[in-house]
Order: sequence, then C-alpha cells, then structure tokens
Amino acid sequence: MQALPSTSLTDSPHALRPRVWGWVLLAPMLAWLVLFVLVPMAILLVYSFCTRDDLGRVVFEFTFENYQRVFDPIYLRILGRSIGYAALTTGICLLMGYPVAWFIARQRENVRNWLLLLVMIPFWTSFLIRTYAWMTILKGNGLLSGLLLSAGVIPAPLEILYTPAAAIIGLVYAYLPFMILPIYGSAEKLDNALVEAAHDLGAGPVRAFSEVIVPLTWPGIAAGILLVFVPAIGMFAITDLMGGARVPMIGNVIHNQFIKAGNQPFGAALGIIFTLMFVVAYTLAQRRGRSSHP
Amino acid sequence: MLKTSTSRLSPPSGLRLLNLGFGVWTALVFVFLYLPIFVLVVYSFNTSRLNILWEGFTLRWYLEIADNVRIIRALKNSLIVASFTTLASVIIGTAGAWLLHRYRYRFSRTIQTLICVPMIMPEIVLGVSLLVFFTVVGLELGYLTVILAHVTFCFPFVLVAVQARLQGLDPSLEEAAMDLGASPLKAFWLVIIPCLRPAIVSGALMAFTLSMDELIVTVFTSGLGSATLPTVVFGMAKIGLNPMLNALSAVFVVTTIAFVLFSNHLKKLSAR
Repeated sequence: MQALPSTSLTDSPHALRPRVWGWVLLAPMLAWLVLFVLVPMAILLVYSFCTRDDLGRVVFEFTFENYQRVFDPIYLRILGRSIGYAALTTGICLLMGYPVAWFIARQRENVRNWLLLLVMIPFWTSFLIRTYAWMTILKGNGLLSGLLLSAGVIPAPLEILYTPAAAIIGLVYAYLPFMILPIYGSAEKLDNALVEAAHDLGAGPVRAFSEVIVPLTWPGIAAGILLVFVPAIGMFAITDLMGGARVPMIGNVIHNQFIKAGNQPFGAALGIIFTLMFVVAYTLAQRRGRSSHP
Repeated sequence: MLKTSTSRLSPPSGLRLLNLGFGVWTALVFVFLYLPIFVLVVYSFNTSRLNILWEGFTLRWYLEIADNVRIIRALKNSLIVASFTTLASVIIGTAGAWLLHRYRYRFSRTIQTLICVPMIMPEIVLGVSLLVFFTVVGLELGYLTVILAHVTFCFPFVLVAVQARLQGLDPSLEEAAMDLGASPLKAFWLVIIPCLRPAIVSGALMAFTLSMDELIVTVFTSGLGSATLPTVVFGMAKIGLNPMLNALSAVFVVTTIAFVLFSNHLKKLSAR
C-alpha cells in the first residue's frame, strides 16, 4: 500500500487515486454509457440533418429541411398541444401532490413510513396497468357510467373515455407519485421550527405556506415538476389509450416516423428538439433551485 | 402587524388547521390512487364481460390467460429480458458504485452526471436513439437489443442504491480485511459485498420491476418475436376492454405490492 499525501486525507479519507486497475475495472461501465447513451444521441443528431431516398432509406446528405418541417403549423399545433397537456398535468399533480407530500413529512416516523409505502406501491405499479384501470372505469359501459345511469343522474351512457379530459386523468394518475416523492424528500428535511417561527412572527397559514414553506421545499418542487412535465410531453401510450388516437401528441408523431416506416430523419429532428427542451427545463430547474438556496 | 394568537400552546392553531386540511386532502388523494386499482382487482373476478354490474364470482379470466399463447409467450419474453437485465445491471451497477467510492477519478463528477442521464432522460428519446444506433450498427432487433436498452436505464438505479449504502459503510472494514492479508479482490468479495447485500437486492428488485414494466423503450427496440408483456398489453388495450386484461393486471398489481413490501423490509434491515 502506498502512503497517501496528507492533504487528500481531509476531503475523502479512504478514496485512492486510481492507477491502471482502477481505470480498467471502470472501463466496461464507461464504455456502456458511451456506446449506448452518447453514441446513439450523436447518431440521432446526424440523422436529423439527413434526407431520404425514394425508398425511404436514410441518405447522408446535409439538410435543414427536417427542422424546418417541425415549424409547420400542423406540427407546431401538435407540439403546443403536447406541452399544454403536460403543463396541465404538472399543475394538477403539483396541487394534488404537494399537500400529500407535506402531510406525510410531518408525521411520526412510524406513520410516515407506512404512508410512504402507500405512495411507493402505485409508483412501482406499471403505468400501463394503472391506465387500463381507468379505462374500465371511464368507458361508456364502464363502472362510472353504469353507476350514474342506475342512480338516474344521467339519461344515457356517458362516454368520458377517448376525450381530452380522460387523457388528462390518465396522465395525472400515472405521474402523481413522481410529484409526491421528491417534494416529500424536501419537506422531510425542513425544520418545523422555521414554520412555527413564521407563525409566531404573525404569518397566517397562507403566508407561512407561500413565503416560508414553498421556498424551503423548492428543490423538491423543481424535481417533481421536471419528473412529471418532461416525460408527460413525450408520452404517447396514455394519451393513445385514454384520449383515443384522434388527438395525436408529439410522442405519436415521433413513434410513427420510426415504427410505421415514416420519415426517420424528421423523427430524429423531433427527438433532438425534445432533448433540447429537456435540457433547458433541467437547467432552469437546477438554477432556480440554487438561487433560492444562497 | 402582529396578530394576537388566542392560544400560545404549540403547535399554533393556524398550523393545526392547515395540518388537518392537508390530512383530509391526503386521504382523498389516496382514495384517488387506490380506488381504480381496487376496482380492477375486484372486477377481474366478475362473470360479466362488462364492468357495470357484479354478476358472480369466476376465475374464468385467469384461466383464459393461461391458455392465451400470445400472452404466455410475451410473459416468457418479459421474464427472460428482465432476468438478464437484472443480472447485468447488478454487476455493472455494484462494480461501478464501488469503484467510484473507492477511487477518486479525475472526471468523477462528469462520470456521475453521465450515469444519471439514462435515468432522467425521456424514455422516448432513449428508445429512438437506441433504435437508430442498432440500425446503424446492423444489429437485428430481438432479445439482445431489448436487454441492452433495458440495462442502459436500469443499472444506474442499482448504482445509486449501492452508492447510498456505501456512504454509511465503515471505511476501516476493507482496511482491516487487507491488514489481515486479504487481497483487494478478496476483501471486496468477502467483506464489502455482504455489507452491501440489502442495497444490491433492493437495487435488483428495482431493475427487475423497471424492466418488466418498460413499454416505451421496448416498443422501439424489440422485434416481433421479442415483444414483451407491456407491448402486448398495450396492443390489446388499444383495441378495447378485455376481462382477461383485468385478470392479468390484477396479477401484476399483486406482484408489485409483494415486491414493494419485500423491498421495504430489506430497507428496514439495512437501516439497522
């Protein structure tokens, strides 16, 4: 064993400077990340500037056409709709999830663990199955419609499924746990004395909430927004099942370009734009999180 | 500015009111989260094809799953993919976590960020980029491509779980083992791995569940023969409701609950 210089002992006492073996052993993981994350993204980027030949095969001939096509009103509308649905979903998830996360974080450890477990179960249950559960309820001959019919509230079977409202319900239901868990993470760390101090200094519940609690839990809120908003934009499975295929989302468009022998370079361009949106949203969330914690 | 509060007992009444409101709200949200799943499980035993009325108890839909060649094949595919994915993720994730803990690499921070990318990146982008990659490399879509894709987003979860456990590990353990004459490899295998076991197992459960449930990435990276259960269920649900899907979903829900409870139990063990 070689002796370590004493200065390095201060920050991380037992970590060694890697020699050959340290790098050799880490190499497979690094290679995996490069090969299956970075290289595919690079190829996608190259694809997005390519054209197609008559048979639909990708030809490496530089063009901006795919990106221009994204700004076609048809696709702009679809993109706008996807972002709108995602934003609405995020907002509803935040409103529904925040009080839950806060409440769980304020409980005794025993109760807290049980409540947390109740959030973990839907979190780990396949979103596809949870979406299907709602389909059986909202269908025209489903449970909700049947109950309302037999109660005499509605005269004819109610078809909520395959409407935008159903799509939003499905999205909220799928992503709600992803909002609750990170906010819980922040709320749990929050010192209760700060909240009580705010109250003692004359802040009512609303002011204590908006001026003390929310800023202190912002990192969790930002993480939650990111975890819901970004995947919701690209989600096509839930909107397909609940909203019907009548309202295509940006995810449907990307999916069609690649699966149904569509225009792959155009799909790649959409994918790149989506990635850029993700990076911007991520950076914004990070920055906002840092600025509130000087 | 100062409001005279009526009771100076802690906690203050305004906060108590807020807490009560949040408690009621939490209960309602849990009803929202669980009612659909509950209905799904209950109605999977319903004789009627429709979900409106309860007509009688039956196991018919469960038996029909067992006879459905397409579903059984997809289930088999899912289990194959999830098993290999879990195995590879555990090896790569545990080794990675240990190495990053043990050594101070020059680009540690960059490596750590890179590891997080497949966890947080939108699934559709991961799926599409891998599809393009496999096409360029000339790899035919099948089991291998699905497994490669799944490992890419699963192993970081194992790595992060193991990393969390490593932070609480007494560093003198390895030194003691080496002082007693163990080689670094032996010390890792005999001392470190047993300490990490709860984290490794819960990471493995995570990887397995993620792989079993993954739809979006699988849609882009699987071929006809390697379609997994979620892709088949998605296809069936698109056509419409099907009591067999209720039964299948109920099986999935119960399995997931068992997994979560088991993983929670492990966490309690490792916290001790």
